[in-house]
Amino acid sequence: MSNTLITPEAEAPQEASGAAARTLRAAARRRALITGGGFILLGLYALWAFGLGTKSGIDATFGMTVSGSGPEVGDLDVAARATAIAMAVLCMAAGVARIVLAPDNKLVGRLTAGVFVVAFLVAFLCWAVAGKQMSFAGALQNTMLAATPLILGALAGVIGERSGIVNIAIEGQFLFGAFGAALTASVTDSLWAGLIAGAVAGGLVGLLLAVFAVRYVVEQVVLGVVINLLVAGLTGFLYSQLMRPNADKYNNPDIFQSHAIPLLSDIPVIGPVLFDVNIIVYLMYALVVIVHFALFNTRWGLRARAVGEHPTAADTVGIKVNRTRYLNVSMAGCIAGIGGAFLTIGTVGSFSKDMASGAGYIALAAVIFGRWRPLGAVAAALMFGFFKALATSLQTLQTPIPTEFLTMLPYIVTVFAVAGLVGKVRPPAAANKPYVKG
Amino acid sequence: MTALKLELRGITKRFGSLVANDHIDLTVEPGEIHCLLGENGAGKSTLMNVLYGLYEPTSGEIVVDGTPREFRTAGDAIAAGIGMVHQHFMLVPVFTVAENVMLGHEETQALGWLDRRRAKKKVLDLVAEYGLAVDPDALVEDLPVGLQQRVEILKALVRDAKVLILDEPTAVLTPQETEELFRVMRSLRESGVSIVFITHKLKEVKAVADRITVIRRGKVVGSADPAASETELASLMVGRPVDLVVHKEPAQPGEVRFALDKLTVLDDFGNVQVDAVDLELREGEILGIAGVQGNGQTELTQAILGLRRPAAGSIRLDGRDITALSPRKTLDAGVGFVPEDRQHDGIVGEFTVSENLVLDLVTRPPFGNGISVDPKAVRDNARKRVAEFDIRTQSIDTPAGSLSGGNQQKVVVAREMSRPLRMFIASQPTRGVDVGAMEFIHQRIVAERDIGTPVIIVSTELDEVVALADRIAVMYRGRIVGIVPPTASREQLGLLMAGVDDPELLARAAGNPNLVTEDDSTATAEGSAPEADPTAGEEGQA
Repeated sequence: MSNTLITPEAEAPQEASGAAARTLRAAARRRALITGGGFILLGLYALWAFGLGTKSGIDATFGMTVSGSGPEVGDLDVAARATAIAMAVLCMAAGVARIVLAPDNKLVGRLTAGVFVVAFLVAFLCWAVAGKQMSFAGALQNTMLAATPLILGALAGVIGERSGIVNIAIEGQFLFGAFGAALTASVTDSLWAGLIAGAVAGGLVGLLLAVFAVRYVVEQVVLGVVINLLVAGLTGFLYSQLMRPNADKYNNPDIFQSHAIPLLSDIPVIGPVLFDVNIIVYLMYALVVIVHFALFNTRWGLRARAVGEHPTAADTVGIKVNRTRYLNVSMAGCIAGIGGAFLTIGTVGSFSKDMASGAGYIALAAVIFGRWRPLGAVAAALMFGFFKALATSLQTLQTPIPTEFLTMLPYIVTVFAVAGLVGKVRPPAAANKPYVKG
Repeated sequence: MTALKLELRGITKRFGSLVANDHIDLTVEPGEIHCLLGENGAGKSTLMNVLYGLYEPTSGEIVVDGTPREFRTAGDAIAAGIGMVHQHFMLVPVFTVAENVMLGHEETQALGWLDRRRAKKKVLDLVAEYGLAVDPDALVEDLPVGLQQRVEILKALVRDAKVLILDEPTAVLTPQETEELFRVMRSLRESGVSIVFITHKLKEVKAVADRITVIRRGKVVGSADPAASETELASLMVGRPVDLVVHKEPAQPGEVRFALDKLTVLDDFGNVQVDAVDLELREGEILGIAGVQGNGQTELTQAILGLRRPAAGSIRLDGRDITALSPRKTLDAGVGFVPEDRQHDGIVGEFTVSENLVLDLVTRPPFGNGISVDPKAVRDNARKRVAEFDIRTQSIDTPAGSLSGGNQQKVVVAREMSRPLRMFIASQPTRGVDVGAMEFIHQRIVAERDIGTPVIIVSTELDEVVALADRIAVMYRGRIVGIVPPTASREQLGLLMAGVDDPELLARAAGNPNLVTEDDSTATAEGSAPEADPTAGEEGQA
């Protein structure tokens, strides 16, 4: 035979031809039309409600100084009506650009979506804050408070799912971590002991998940929810029986104080928000960097991802699939446990019943929204945290719309993201699939 | 590289009451290509999974260079110098070639940091040494199966495998890719690697083996010389003399009954899997759809049955547009359908044989009226079909899942053929089916054609398509790249299966049937190809 006929090069991927390519292009155009049209309609709404709905001649004032630390920054006064109108027009421009510019270009899609979201938000804020004052810097600080446990929980979720175990039990890890940290720090009078206890407590919940998911092949989603209920019940019981009667002894930990990093914390606005924080937040920064690079650049990460994508393949090259899963899920539990510790010894200074209040599930949403990538999950967690902080700020301003709507917004976006409307989302292939050897 | 002698002594593997391997003895000499020949389900893969540490043998021992060894995990087997290319590739699709090759065997710097450059260099060195061209930075999921297989071989070589097990490696390859694989196998043998080559295809055995061990029903039934004739090998493998020809009369094609017009189908991820396919099917003919697995055949059959909504184009049966019909309505329109994965889509394993025989018929007379079912009619029908289709079952109340693969497939075929059909479509009709059942199923398909039903056979077994079809349409990356008569040469079909549609090359190939299948030039005009592959198509001798 003529060996030259079939070389691998001859099989180079070919573009889908003719009708098929047209079908795909038509689908992309349709998507662009729907998204862009949506932007324009919402822009029109912003114009009517936020722009024309604001009286002319009044300012919206945004406080930019972080209370207590950092450099003094002047307040930002903007002409509310004019700015809102300009931003509404920008929203519509983003919609037009989405439709007119290359519809199947990903960059165009992301840029226009980004411009739209920011412009819409600014228009909304101008309207809501018109004639009043809102501390924007304070909102950023609250963002970090809300986002720190979310980010740690999301890292735990990413590690678990990348290894093939869906970690629904983040909520339980938060709660047990928070409880363990508060109790230990109170009893030993050492914050560091509390932090370690929080990590260990979270790790134990992770180990429990791993044992049932790996050893007893229990459906992971159901298992995770059950574990969350178990931990909620257990900590609730211990709280009312042990902690509340002896609060001074068992539920009175210190709080990690914040430490300013010289120079960095002098950056206006974001300096004190990011670099005058306590040790758990710095630890979170380190973990984000470590987990991201380790997952994609180390032997541990390569094996973890192999186990989560194709466990049989991993097994056939001598990787111990179930041992890897045990280890990673327990480790992830420790990270979430640190997030739980932040809730008690990082902010509030005491444990209270069900104090995680659903943050674990939000962290899980951040995992999905961040497409199972550590940095993506961090971005999603920050967004969730920002919206939560914004809702808190607006509550005090008494805007006509219920602030709950604002807190709902990120989850609506998540549902759309998970439904694949924002782009293709591909979870690790073997997530939630137990590995049982033949 | 020092060669290695491998012996299996009295290996027995039981799964519950099933004995998959029964006291198997096998010796692989250093530097030989040792062929393990046997039908589907004979226990070849089980044996190799025992050898590779994936299954623990019930009894028996593995001896490497004279020392008994125990392989508890694949890692133990790898450490002993055994490499395996699995039938279903063990590659992580979202990893690059280099990442897949180094997985479990990583080149690292301090703190476990991956040394990607060294891993890549190792791959390139092996590529150069054995002529296995592949780009180390390519994502595995983007590679065609032929190249994915090379990655699997590289994985074994990078671990210094001295015995390489290839489990049905040619099932996913075009004839040309198969030839290329054989070249690689020979060059590996030259450098001292022994190869255990598992297959059920006689032509390939004859082309490449140094020694042949034949396995039947979990037992070694003998060894053979590669010089033995295909008929001899076939009867050794099957256990009785077999006739390697499908007997059928020339087709009498009538008018066009079924037509696809620019049919385009996407998969779940929005990728085009069927790309503007035009196809016409006439009364009384069998159209074979050939092609390497994963080139859109699955999506095409799903679209025809209505399981997957086409993105564009139309499907017409007897002038009626059935494009948007649900599977129920498509069946009602007279389409008989044998799905490619029978255990998943063809039968309900927990249901009895008699229930499975009326799965899609129970809502209508004579079996029921939409509210209740008439058990007597169901049982009468079952007795009739079991006799007619020679379904070997303990009783009609036996769960269908406990039948052998061949008899399960007979249940599916019997059900689909037990009503008047306007069209019949069968996907992989004899995958994993023993020879007796295969002969019977082929006979029934030809009989269905002879009463005028248009038939489509989708099969990745080229031999089966050649034996059964009156016309062969070759699918490549979602397109029909050519329609040829069954007398077309293997090389021509192979080129089409690889997507080559250059008329000049094809014309040259048509006159040059010099591939693995030297004897194809004797194929007759009636479409009766001499068949070497008894699992693909033969008849007579029941």
